[in-house]
Amino acid sequence: MHEYSIVQSLVDSVEQAIAGRDGAAVRRLTVRIGEMSGVDTTLLASAYDLFREGTVCEQAEMTIERVDARWACPVCDAAIERGQALQCAACSVPAELKSGDEIILQRIELEVH
Amino acid sequence: MCDTCGCGDRELVPVELEKRILEKNDSIAKHNREHFEEAGILCVNLMGSPGAGKTALLEATSHALHGSRSLVAIAGDLATDNDANRLTAAGIRSVSINTGSACHLDAEMVHHGVHKLEPLACDYLFIENVGNLVCPAIYDLGQAINVVALSVTEGEDKPLKYPVMFQKADLVVLTKIDLLPYLTHVSLHRIHDNLSRVMPKLRVIGVSAKSGEGIGDWAKYLEDESTNAARFLHEASVPRS
Repeated sequence: MHEYSIVQSLVDSVEQAIAGRDGAAVRRLTVRIGEMSGVDTTLLASAYDLFREGTVCEQAEMTIERVDARWACPVCDAAIERGQALQCAACSVPAELKSGDEIILQRIELEVH
Repeated sequence: MCDTCGCGDRELVPVELEKRILEKNDSIAKHNREHFEEAGILCVNLMGSPGAGKTALLEATSHALHGSRSLVAIAGDLATDNDANRLTAAGIRSVSINTGSACHLDAEMVHHGVHKLEPLACDYLFIENVGNLVCPAIYDLGQAINVVALSVTEGEDKPLKYPVMFQKADLVVLTKIDLLPYLTHVSLHRIHDNLSRVMPKLRVIGVSAKSGEGIGDWAKYLEDESTNAARFLHEASVPRS
């Protein structure tokens, strides 16, 4: 259960992002989590709700955007379907993960005076 | 205050960040990696389930190399120093990192571990990660290669159940192969087939730490990786004309 560690890093990142913006209150976070990132979004949401109390994120709702895994051939860009061998049959090269490993803090929304 | 319509609501300002949440870990991992590369050390992040045979693999490695390579290890363990003690007894200078309730090592823990081992001078640094097929996959430690130990007793479908871990593996060491004659229902073909669906650059070495079978292939793999890393560094340091 590493989602608590992820939330700790997330809150640290938000603190850094608002440093120097006096009086700004964080009202929303948007994070992007890939299917192959190893982060469970349900656990992340519950860890966030427990952990945000007393932090700069206390009043901030979190929106999680999930990103599906997408494998493709690095040579011909043909998609490799989920569950198939991760090789391009035509080019005989290993597939590449094009998206789906994101653990990204995309955006924060600040309430300003 | 919202200036647009005069509704009295405070204004919400979006700030685009597009920032990796584990940025701090990644920057410490980069520092570790540079340190290992400059020192000519091959750093291996060894992961796998509890009981997969990670410690036994390292013990067998030490015995097989007969002191021809100097080995150092950082052993991540929730609560005991047992693994580090076993590795030390096998001739590998080791330090234990007790992670408490944490299920993985991160780059900072490895950094502290390395400082406890200074002077680090060695050929191979093994980071024996906490036994777990989920959490350790997420954290870059500064390793040159990720190795996953998978025992033949664990079930053929482990790769499909833990795709993130196996996707990150440069090599899977299939352990306890001396037990295969007793596991009539286990098919090596099915294990390979399952791995090929989650591991793009499929590479598997079967070993038995008990009989020593395959340990020579594993030692050769380490030697080749170490040579390749040194060659790559040398080429990178030579200015192109």
